[in-house]
This record gives sequence, structure tokens and C-alpha cells, in this order.
Amino acid sequence: MQASLEQKYNLEIVRWFTIMAAIYLVVGAAVGVYIASELAWPFLNFDTPYISFGRLRPVHTNAVIFAFGGCTLMATAFYTVQRTCGVRLWSDKMARFTFWGWNAVIVLAVLTLPFGITQSKEYAELEWPIDILIAVVWLSFTINFLMTIATRKTSHIYVSNWFFLGMMVMIVYLHVVNSLAIPVGLFKSYSIFSGVQDAMIQWWWGHNAVGFYLTAGFLGIMYYFVPKQAGRPIYSYRLSVIHFWALMFGYVWLGAHHLQYTALPDWTGSLGAAVSIAMIIPSWGGAVNGMMTLSGAWDRLRTDYVLRFLIIALAFYAMSTFEGPVMALKTVNALSHYTDWTIGHVHSGALGWVAGISIGAIYHLMTRLYHTEMFSERLINFHFWTATIGTVIYIVAMWVSGIMQGLMWRAYDEYGTLAYTFVESVDAMHPYYAMRAVGGMIFLLGAVVMLFNVLMTVRKSVVSGSLDKARAVPAAA
Amino acid sequence: MSDKRPKVKAKGFQEWMEINIWGLLIVLGLVLSVGGLVEIVPLFFMKNTMEHNKFPEIVWEKAGQDPIVAVGENGKEQWNWQPGDGVRPLTAVELAGRDIYQREGCYLCHSQMIRPFRDEKERYGHYSLSSESMFDHPFQWGSKRTGPDLARVGGKYSDEWQRQHLHNPRSVVPESVMPSYPWLEESYINGKKLRRHMGGLRLVGVPYSDADIAAAPALAEGKTEMDALVAYLQVLGTMVKLDESKAYRE
Repeated sequence: MQASLEQKYNLEIVRWFTIMAAIYLVVGAAVGVYIASELAWPFLNFDTPYISFGRLRPVHTNAVIFAFGGCTLMATAFYTVQRTCGVRLWSDKMARFTFWGWNAVIVLAVLTLPFGITQSKEYAELEWPIDILIAVVWLSFTINFLMTIATRKTSHIYVSNWFFLGMMVMIVYLHVVNSLAIPVGLFKSYSIFSGVQDAMIQWWWGHNAVGFYLTAGFLGIMYYFVPKQAGRPIYSYRLSVIHFWALMFGYVWLGAHHLQYTALPDWTGSLGAAVSIAMIIPSWGGAVNGMMTLSGAWDRLRTDYVLRFLIIALAFYAMSTFEGPVMALKTVNALSHYTDWTIGHVHSGALGWVAGISIGAIYHLMTRLYHTEMFSERLINFHFWTATIGTVIYIVAMWVSGIMQGLMWRAYDEYGTLAYTFVESVDAMHPYYAMRAVGGMIFLLGAVVMLFNVLMTVRKSVVSGSLDKARAVPAAA
Repeated sequence: MSDKRPKVKAKGFQEWMEINIWGLLIVLGLVLSVGGLVEIVPLFFMKNTMEHNKFPEIVWEKAGQDPIVAVGENGKEQWNWQPGDGVRPLTAVELAGRDIYQREGCYLCHSQMIRPFRDEKERYGHYSLSSESMFDHPFQWGSKRTGPDLARVGGKYSDEWQRQHLHNPRSVVPESVMPSYPWLEESYINGKKLRRHMGGLRLVGVPYSDADIAAAPALAEGKTEMDALVAYLQVLGTMVKLDESKAYRE
């Protein structure tokens, strides 16, 4: 039965994206570890422009979000849509274009960001010619996905596909509006918006890059891969409907909470904060729905390492979607904004949730795509512990440093003057920055082990001929 | 699995969307646009978003008419604008400095947005107004303070200190974790390119006069990237003189 899938579906494109995702996780995490180390030990900037913190940081964010996250999304979306619609991708050519186009975007990012070619909008740094390429590639991805659903053999559209589709549509809105700029050269442009409006549009993009790209898309992954790996149907259909629409409607409003107490009018920030707090309900709806899918099969966690990744990811998802609304409360935000707490929050989502669910999906995919077991189960277990421990060290370091920064900045001595100079707060951060770098290194070690495991699995499949065998079986089997 | 899609009749709206991809697409398109429309569009139209609608004196009234600074016959700069005269576009050299500020990713560690808290006021100065960044394409408010806020750093330190600090931050602030920027002294800014940059900004609404743009090559002549970045840092927060007794916001 497995073998006929090879002819029925386009698994080639899924294989390419899956392998690239494993590679980009190592690249993105390695750059992250390097820039984290630069903050702990600034000599690592080596007085060299191309590797100075300000130029490398966008390389890190782009590599993890768009290279790793993007390839994971494209692999899983192309896989899920074929499997749940019972039909091959609408266009193989378009899928290949999406693969090469997306990787071209990543190469161009690496070729421009270290040279300081940037629009200087966070997570949307790439200059206008690359922005146009992103739009074209993204549309090809979206259209192919839509048309595959339109030609499906099943009666209903599966819940994963709702999430993927919501993400695709929202990213079109966000990318197009936030990237509107006037070019003044091939490598330089200025946003057509300025000041307060530009800030609101940027964080409308910024938070929804998180809310849609990194949440809705990965919930799409969760809704396919958790039930598949657990071998049980999703816990509640009704819950998935409610939390889907609440998420789609609500997430869009959250960006304003990044700008509380700034020159953004108070009504906008408060509105963003109010919706943010309400979002805890649909977010937990998703987390509960995923976790309860295991109800009655919890013992599987003892033996199934892939399932462990998927479930710990949901635990981190629940935690960071609780933390987020708390940080959006005005009183908390007054302390947490501008501090490392934000960085910690992002990474509990990015390392714990996004990377966790992706890694689980990648391991699941590897066995299906290469028609063989993983090279080493023990290495998956090792990866599980390095990823979890690395993530926990990272976020604990950032909680402590973030709250400490916030408290030091607002501390007064008995004479009513500021208790600390700014640089005293910088100095106090050193041990936590070092600790964060160590947490990152542990996480990176796990990513390297996964890449090794993935490549050895490919080798195993090629050597044993199981991939060739699968390809040779006629479609009618 | 059969080759043909089974026909089903939808029981209710949700199921209709689950069997009708184009319906789902359209409903998603509508649902996803609400939040953005409600939060963003009014910011372009509501007068109280920008403080200068109520306090016109915070914007330089001659912006776009008189050149901000011109280079005279004798090669000396003649300023028509003085610190405190109000918000104005950046001069060619300051703009070059801002381009470098973007290029080096300074905004990743330094905010330019002071919040209305007692400690921020004492540390950085008067809270920031949205009118102060009205000509900032894109905004540079930042999101993180690995280093201090720079919204009003202009004039706090001497040019010489800024140079020394950019050249090697730890030579003046031993605990600093900022990278050194020695390469800024090695290249000159380009007046012709700046003319193009200013022309582009004028297209998106920054009030540059023809004379402002024409003066770019003369102003940029002989200036290094270090000179430009220091000029930019030194103008930050010096444009408006804010009155403590006035409530600019709320």
C-alpha cells in the first residue's frame, strides 16, 4: 500500500523540502548561537562588518523563520493536502518552481543581509526585488495548494487545510502591505509609510508572522501529524471549528500590543491588549485538542519518541500562549517591553512549539517518504532531551535577565534618584547572556544530530533499495 | 477510495465552507481583514493621532520652502533651521547617517521611543511624540533595549565622544557589549546617491525643497560615514523643544 503512494502523490517535492528544513534548522540555530555569543563576548564581532551583531541578527531570524519554518510548512502543507484530499498536487511544475524560488529567496537573503542591504523592518528586512520574488513564490505555493483542494476526491476539506489556507491568505495581505516601499536603487528603498502608521503596520505584520506563519501554519501541521502519529482521531471536531475561527479573527488584532505606551494612540494599544487577553481561550483550545487526542494512549509517550516531540511542542505552545496575553497586560508590558523577556517569550514559542512540532513532523515524514525506519531511534531520543533542555535553559536565562533589566531600569534609591545607570544593567546581564548561549548550543547539538540521523536514513533507504522499490511499483497496486 | 468526489449536501454554514473551497477562501479573506482595517486605517485619518494637529509649533513651518541648510560661496554651511525650531526632514548628511543606522542594524538594540514613565523621563527625557517621527520612513522606534534609548541622544555627548565610542565602545564604556564600527571611518558618503534617496523620500511625502536636494553633493563633500552617523545621532531629539506644562497626548 505504501508503495503505491509513491506514484499516486508527488512525494519528491516533499522530500526536498523536508531535507532542506533539517539543513536550515542547523544553519539558523548556528547563526543564533553565534549572535547570542556576541552579546556575551563582544570580541566575537571581530570588528568585521559582515558578522557584526546588527547585520547577522536578521540572518538568524530569516534563516529560522523563512528558511527552516518555510521549508517545513511547504513540506508538510504539500504532504498533508495530498494525503487528506486523496489526490496528487495540482501542478508538479509549480511545486518545483516553489521549491527553487523559495531557496533562491534564502540564498539572496544570505547574499544581501550581511552586506547591510535591508529595509530595517524586523522579519521583513529583505529589499524590494527579493520581496517581489517572495510574493510570486508565495502565490505559486498558495495557488497550487488551493487548486489541489479544488480537485480533491474527498467530500470535506480537512481541518489542517483550513489552517494552512488561513495562513497563506493572511501572509499575502501582510507581506504586500508591509513591504510597500519606494525604491531609490536596486538595493535600497524606503517604506511608503512613516512614523506611527509605519509602526502599526510593521507590528501588524510582526505579530501575525508569529500568529499566522508560525502558529496557524504549524497548527495545520499539528492537526495532521498528531492524530497520525498517535493513530487516533482528533479529540474534538467542534473545538477545532471554534478555535479555528476565533484564531483567524482574533490574531490579526494583536500587533498593537507591541506598541503600548508608545506614541501609538492609546485606543489602538488597549484594543490590541484586550483582544490579546481574550486569545488565551482559542489558543488553549488548540493545545487541549491536540493533547487530548492522546487520551487513552498516554503510554505511547514512553515508547514513541516522535510523539514526545509533538506533545512537548503542544505543552510549550500552551505555555507561551499563556505568557503572551500576560505580557500584553499593560502593567506587565510596562516592565517587560524592551527587555530580554520578549526574546525569551519568542524562543519558548519558536524553539519549544514551532521547532518541536516541526521536528516531530520531519521524523514522521522521513519514514513515510523514504519507506524505511529512522536510522536511529536512540538519536531521536537524544535529540528530544537536548532540544528540551536547551530550550528550557534559554528561556529561563531570558526570564531572569528580562525581569531584572525591567526592575533595574525603574529602580530608585532612597534619595529618589535612579538606582542604576543603564550600563550597570548591561553588566548584570552577562551571566544570563552566557547561559542563553549555552542553552542555544545544546539545542544546536540536537539539530546537528537530527540532520545526521536524517541523512543516514536517506542513505539507508538508498542502500537498501526501499525507495527504488517503492518507485517501481505500478500505481494501480 | 473512489475516483469521484462524493456529493454531499451541507447542513449549515460551517459545513458549506468545508465542502466549498472558494466559499472558505472568500470568508477567510473577509474575516482576516477586519482587525487590520479597524486598527490601521483610522491612524491615517484621525486628527488626534498626530500631536502637531493640535500643536502646530512642533513642526518647522518652513519645511519644504527654505532649504534646511545651504552651502555658501565661501564653502560655509548656512543654517535656516535652529535646534528647537520644530520637526523637519533630515539634511543630506543626517540622512546618510540614518541610512548607515539602518544598514548596521542599530535599531535592533536601540529604541527611539521614550514611554511616559518617571524613570524613562529621568533617564532619556520627555516622552516621544508621534509627530516627531512623521518623516521617518520607515520608523525607527525599535523593540529592544540591549543598549539605551536614543530618541533624545542628540547633544548628550560630544561629537568626539561619539566617534571614539563608535570606533571602540569599550574604550569609553568598559562594560559595553556593542560591536566596534571602525569601518565607518574608511568610506565616504556619496552626494549623488543621497540626492536620489531624498528624491525618493519626497515622493512618499517628506517635504524636501529643490534646494535641499540640490545641496546634497556639496554638503556630503569630504564627509565620512562616521561623520554622517554622528550628525544623525546628534540631531536625534533636538528638533522640538517640548513644553513640560503642555499635555501633548491624552
